[in-house]
Amino acid sequence: MQNMLTLISNVFRLGNASKNVGAQAVSELLIGLSKYVDLTAPPAPATPRQPPLPPGTRMVVSARSFADFTPQASFPIKKCDLHRLEEGPSDEALLTREQGLQYYRTMQTVRRMELKADQLYKQKIIRGFCHLYDGQEACAMGIEAGINPTDHLITAYRAHGYTFTRGVAVREILAELTGRRGGVAKGKGGSMHMYAKNFYGGNGIVGAQVPLGAGVALACQYQGNNQVCVTLYGDGAANQGQIFESFNMAALWKLPCIFICENNKFGMGTSVERSSASTDYYKRGDYIPGLKVDGMDVLCVREAIRFAADYCRAGKGPIVMELETYRYHGHSMSDPGVSYRTREEIQEVRTKNDPISMLKERMLSNNMSSVEELKEIDLEIRKVIEDAAQYAISDPEPSLDELCNHIYARDPPMEVRGTNPWVKLKSVS
Amino acid sequence: MASLRSFLQCNFDILRKTFVILFVNVRDALNQAMDEELERDERVFLLGEEVAQYDGAYKVSRGLWKKYGDKRIIDTPITEMGFAGIAVGAAFAGLRPICEFMTWNFSMQAIDQVINSAAKTYYMSAGFQTVPIVFRGPNGSSAGVAAQHSQCFAAWYGHCPGLKVVSPWNSEDARGLLKAAIRDDNPVVFLENEMMYGVPFELSEEMMHKDFVIPIGKAKVERQGTHITLVSHSRCVGFCLDAAAVLAKEGVECEVVNLRTIRPLDVDTIEASVMKTGNLVTVEGGWPQYGVGAEICARIMEGPAFNYLDAPAVRVTGVDIPMPYAKILEDHSVPQIKDIIFSVKKVLNM
Repeated sequence: MQNMLTLISNVFRLGNASKNVGAQAVSELLIGLSKYVDLTAPPAPATPRQPPLPPGTRMVVSARSFADFTPQASFPIKKCDLHRLEEGPSDEALLTREQGLQYYRTMQTVRRMELKADQLYKQKIIRGFCHLYDGQEACAMGIEAGINPTDHLITAYRAHGYTFTRGVAVREILAELTGRRGGVAKGKGGSMHMYAKNFYGGNGIVGAQVPLGAGVALACQYQGNNQVCVTLYGDGAANQGQIFESFNMAALWKLPCIFICENNKFGMGTSVERSSASTDYYKRGDYIPGLKVDGMDVLCVREAIRFAADYCRAGKGPIVMELETYRYHGHSMSDPGVSYRTREEIQEVRTKNDPISMLKERMLSNNMSSVEELKEIDLEIRKVIEDAAQYAISDPEPSLDELCNHIYARDPPMEVRGTNPWVKLKSVS
Repeated sequence: MASLRSFLQCNFDILRKTFVILFVNVRDALNQAMDEELERDERVFLLGEEVAQYDGAYKVSRGLWKKYGDKRIIDTPITEMGFAGIAVGAAFAGLRPICEFMTWNFSMQAIDQVINSAAKTYYMSAGFQTVPIVFRGPNGSSAGVAAQHSQCFAAWYGHCPGLKVVSPWNSEDARGLLKAAIRDDNPVVFLENEMMYGVPFELSEEMMHKDFVIPIGKAKVERQGTHITLVSHSRCVGFCLDAAAVLAKEGVECEVVNLRTIRPLDVDTIEASVMKTGNLVTVEGGWPQYGVGAEICARIMEGPAFNYLDAPAVRVTGVDIPMPYAKILEDHSVPQIKDIIFSVKKVLNM
């Protein structure tokens, strides 16, 4: 059983695994499973005879076997409010067991990773800015589930969740937060400046990422590659002038850009009512159609982004989405987050609306997984996070030789002035 | 008439090839450079206000939209922050944009995108994300356009690591440096000068070659001299040469250095010149405080050339005021040839 779960997790683990490895892992899974279950056989009898277990296998308490779980189920999801659209996404979402486990694993990893970052920050091992994403996991996971790895994504500074869903390993994220050479940006970027293939950060200036995202979409259109760019911003950024400039050009030129406002109700300490004359962020694109989506429901987000991506790929131009979500932490680690909202409010969201709990509930009540299986996954994730944190703490800081590197790309080495005229530092590309 | 024109055209081509020198003004040099680079690499495209159907506010992009069409020559709305950001994003995703600011004064609306999104990204990403973009447009004073349209941004952008900042003077500079800038994988700020657009210069056959590039970061000694070094960039290089011609009649031989690039600054060429002549005057159109000349003087102080100075280095700059409108006031707000001559004589104690 343990080996099977490992094999399943190998297949669906997000991280640095490429699609080729994924296919390979699926083959391994099938070969591995064939030792336990004849895949072409009729469903197992009520009390299956257990085959001899390989040495060293941990016994799972429950006797449920793989074939007992429901392979897929359909869930009703909240209907989206529509702006300038005749039809919206479906109000029903199909979830397979594999998808459910994948989403659970990913969201739980992001949750645990952010909590670990919180811990490391309080221990002063992480310094500077640290904007945590816990509570908003369904947004990152739902979006990634609905687009292709070849599509593009750009967001603002609350970026750790997206850095993970876009393919960067937890250890590289945490090591970047602790400023070590093993960090995804070699320790030179920090929390807000992590990059990966088709992921353009991580941007510190509120709103600046939106024209950038529209530009990426322009490149997609120019190159005719049928890709889209998901461009995220918050409710606080939603009033930025450059966002409206981007709306204008994206609509004018029909850029394949999905503008997404992650509305977590607060721009730092300012509630949406106090910052925005109109809080209907999905309508702020005016002439651009919009959808308002339950951002705490990963299936809702997935269906909406699929709808939006189809819309853009059809050449209809940009679309705006508002994801209603919530952050458990304050704006950043220097904000306790309770001066502008009540602890009761935060607690209420945790108990009634938590994205991970919602998914877990759905899967358990439809027999798509078991408490034990999910607990297994939790334990695995905990190990991954612990290992990553250990790495992030023990990895050395960047060498001082790195200080002046990466000023210019593809240039011969040059000299950079140090803090005084006698210090001449070397810079290579 | 058509046949006469084609007869002349035919023979002009022969004449052009026979007599290897051609007179090309700065505007046409820029235009041809962009044309050739657009042809060479399909990832290159131009965007900005009026660049397409209007043929360019200053006609620098004349004919390009007709030749390349909407996809590659894009008219933008008057939204600098938005379109500069879009240009940078396109560069992130693999294109090679040329982003035109109608004048560099308007770049202040977009300066966050130039500095924070373009200049710093390669460093912040530890070499993962390149930004192969050129921002270009006319910089500095013009004629009668008053305070908000006359500022020089060489010092502003020259201050920032991660940017390359280039300031051509003549057609050779314009052509070679623009080609180099477009082919460079880094963000380049390309500071043109509106008053130079219509000025013709000789271009040799070698310079007309489609792969003619001038290395960014290398200054050029335009005139050899022995008594004093004049360092300048953009339009003021011409003033320095004029001043040198006048001074030569009085027996003073000025060495004129055309910076060509503001950042990275070619200190080696300046130092070599100062060590030869023993005197330095910098000349620029921008304001004095924290300017290009200030940087050059500081570097000379900190380097080996200081010991060769016979007198303190001095700066000739624009007057430290917003640009006035009335012609008499405007004329007295910018460095003139007589100011350069006066400063040289002061430095040489004549």
